[in-house]
Amino acid sequence: MSPPAALLDATGVAKRFGAVLALRDASLQVAPGQVVALMGANGAGKSTFVKILTGALKPDAGHVRIKGQDSTVASPAGARRSGLVPVYQEPSLIPDLSVADNLRLGDTPVDRFRHWVGALGLPGLRQDALIRTLPLASLRIVDLARALAVEPDVLLLDELTAALPTDLVERVLSVVRAQADAGRAVIYISHRFTEIAAICDRATVLRDGQTVGDVAIAPGIEDTIVEMMLGAPVTVAARSARATGAAASDAPRLRVRGLATGTRLTDVSLDLRQGEVLGVVALEGQGQDELFDVLAGNRRATAGTVEVNGKPVAFRHPADAIAAGLTLVPGDRAHALLMQRSVRENIALPLLARLGTWGAIPIGAERSRVGAAIERLQIDTRAQGEVRRLSGGNQQKVTIARWIAKGVQTLLLFDPTRGIDIRTKQQIYVLVRELADQGAAVLFYTSELAEVRMACDRAVVIFGGRVVDVIDAADADEPTLLRAAYGLTATAGVPA
Amino acid sequence: MMRLIGGNGWTIGLAVLLALLLVATKAIQPDFGPSGLDNLARSALPFALATVGMAIVVIAGGIDLSVAAMMAVASVTAAVLMDGASDGQAVFAVLAVLLLGLGMGALNGALIVVTRVPDIVVTLAMLFVWQGVALLILNAPGGGAAPWLRALAVGGVTLPGVPPAFTEWLPRGVVFLAVVVAAVWLPIRRSKLGLRFYAIGSDPQAAFRSGVSVGPTRIAAYAVCGLFAALGGLSVTMATGIGEPIPGPYLLASVAAVVLGGVVLGGGRGGILGPILAVFVLRTVRMDLTLLSVDPNVAAIVEGTIMVAVVMFGAVLATRGRRG
Repeated sequence: MSPPAALLDATGVAKRFGAVLALRDASLQVAPGQVVALMGANGAGKSTFVKILTGALKPDAGHVRIKGQDSTVASPAGARRSGLVPVYQEPSLIPDLSVADNLRLGDTPVDRFRHWVGALGLPGLRQDALIRTLPLASLRIVDLARALAVEPDVLLLDELTAALPTDLVERVLSVVRAQADAGRAVIYISHRFTEIAAICDRATVLRDGQTVGDVAIAPGIEDTIVEMMLGAPVTVAARSARATGAAASDAPRLRVRGLATGTRLTDVSLDLRQGEVLGVVALEGQGQDELFDVLAGNRRATAGTVEVNGKPVAFRHPADAIAAGLTLVPGDRAHALLMQRSVRENIALPLLARLGTWGAIPIGAERSRVGAAIERLQIDTRAQGEVRRLSGGNQQKVTIARWIAKGVQTLLLFDPTRGIDIRTKQQIYVLVRELADQGAAVLFYTSELAEVRMACDRAVVIFGGRVVDVIDAADADEPTLLRAAYGLTATAGVPA
Repeated sequence: MMRLIGGNGWTIGLAVLLALLLVATKAIQPDFGPSGLDNLARSALPFALATVGMAIVVIAGGIDLSVAAMMAVASVTAAVLMDGASDGQAVFAVLAVLLLGLGMGALNGALIVVTRVPDIVVTLAMLFVWQGVALLILNAPGGGAAPWLRALAVGGVTLPGVPPAFTEWLPRGVVFLAVVVAAVWLPIRRSKLGLRFYAIGSDPQAAFRSGVSVGPTRIAAYAVCGLFAALGGLSVTMATGIGEPIPGPYLLASVAAVVLGGVVLGGGRGGILGPILAVFVLRTVRMDLTLLSVDPNVAAIVEGTIMVAVVMFGAVLATRGRRG
């Protein structure tokens, strides 16, 4: 089959952010009548590529052609004019304007919009409803209907179905397929293999900022795609033999059953024991953020139970969680640290945060505990003045160090090694292990699959808001984890 | 219908509050009449125009601390240009001042967009710049104003065929304000530009993705604010007949009225009528306190307390409404 001229043709696209090369050589071709899945593991450069295709970012090299016309477009408005309309992962509707005003803002034909909203299963939508009063699922439908109403040549759909209930998903998928059958081109980004198998013709796979493959979708292609996303099998650093501290106590430190909140976290159960590092593996947006928020007291659960040392708890405030011995180290370091204050003050803060320490700060005791924590972590003390002057890795060490100084029972680490160098990562693994050996229990979410073997005892895999698999660290090679993270194993609902 | 009231509840509440205050004024001072109303309108006019400018910038997600200083520049420029000028020349002077206002505002906006320095910092710096410019143009109150211009804002309205006994109750200051706002803001509000102001104030990222050019829209919002500041400065000259190089207390008063008027600091929500009513509420409160011969220092405390109380009350109502 000789493919017709591509409606969208991106070749050799590269983009650098400071020292980080986010994309080195990304390519994507979509012919009329095709739905092409754009795939890649976390950090493969997918979101940067999407921003370049849709005109939100300019590439450093390479070209993007839409209908044969060069369109290294400078803005989303420019991309629209050349015929590419995106539906972003986050709704791009103005919250304080009504549906009608949002349509007017983008010159969307209202009649066709009405038609599509009806076809997508939301006929009762009021045009004068304020966007911020609509539920997330309706926003996705409005966003999609708005894109369809301008009849674009190329439609880019980024994680469209993530927030949709199942009945709407089916309608949306059939509408998307029909668009391609009518001769348009669709770029479909999703973590869900079942959807990709249902509507896509081909898949283009990104890894480390490069397009590494372009395959036709056929039954059983999933394994090939997972392999492509991972690249050559990664040799895992030999893991020091360690005793699992599971036997120490029969009641787990943390026992979670059927936890649910919001649209993403639907049913998570797990047990975390003293002396254990339990990995959490999930693709983006599968409910892991909500899980950590509930456990840290930032958000309330709508269903399910949490028990700490056998006692049921319901946190109303982060202080409740801290009092129960649960400590969150958030993914965004900026949320946890006082950037303008010194390392010493940052580490000492949790020590002083208890009520009843209103009086003078016991300087001697504080200094010795803080000093010990700094030494333990090998924090570069040349830049001790303000935390913001430290490197990202050292900042992350400070966020962990403060809880060592205080003494911690249960540590919730949310992607603690994101964006930091390998040496520092190793130090953090060692630190986490030491904490566990001292009797702490650690819940360790990581976006880097290889870390499970290096830092954890077991890992739970979350997909679509529920635990789909529990894997022992010894068996947790990357293909196994990634397959599970894409929901390709069918042992759902096993409590860890 | 409920929706309509829900959306405009705050504005309606302010209108009721203003009516109650005016009734209270009449009770305190039984001979409060057309001339009192005229005084109120004339003193409120510069505040109201500054507030409209501020409200537009705040709706678009910004803030402009240089409003009062731009008013001073406009006031002295108008007074210098009109000093001894003929009526015809005065028309050009007015047009020049309005263009100057647009230009000053656009410069504020362009500096924010191009330098990416936070708006609060840029406009604070420009506050000093415009203050200096005003004093360079005229280092002491002076200059003049065309008589026809003064007549636009002073006294009651005269309408042919309607006895003055009725029309004297409608101050020209109020009519001037209504005409100016209707002529400048309504067309913007109904055009896509107004929609874009709300869009970039509500969620700049979503606006960008919806195809709005955020930078130029922001500059336009500041330019319109500058235009209203120029009108405000012009109204100072209209009311007094001279140019005033030292900025009046319009900056903080306009922020206060914007907040009291139901515009959310941070952008995207609110209208123009609410803040204008809020200006009149605040001015009437001040007038009543003066009539009651309350110590001015105590009066300031009372005004501040009322503001916090009303905004808190509104927040409580809003949360109730959302739950209900």
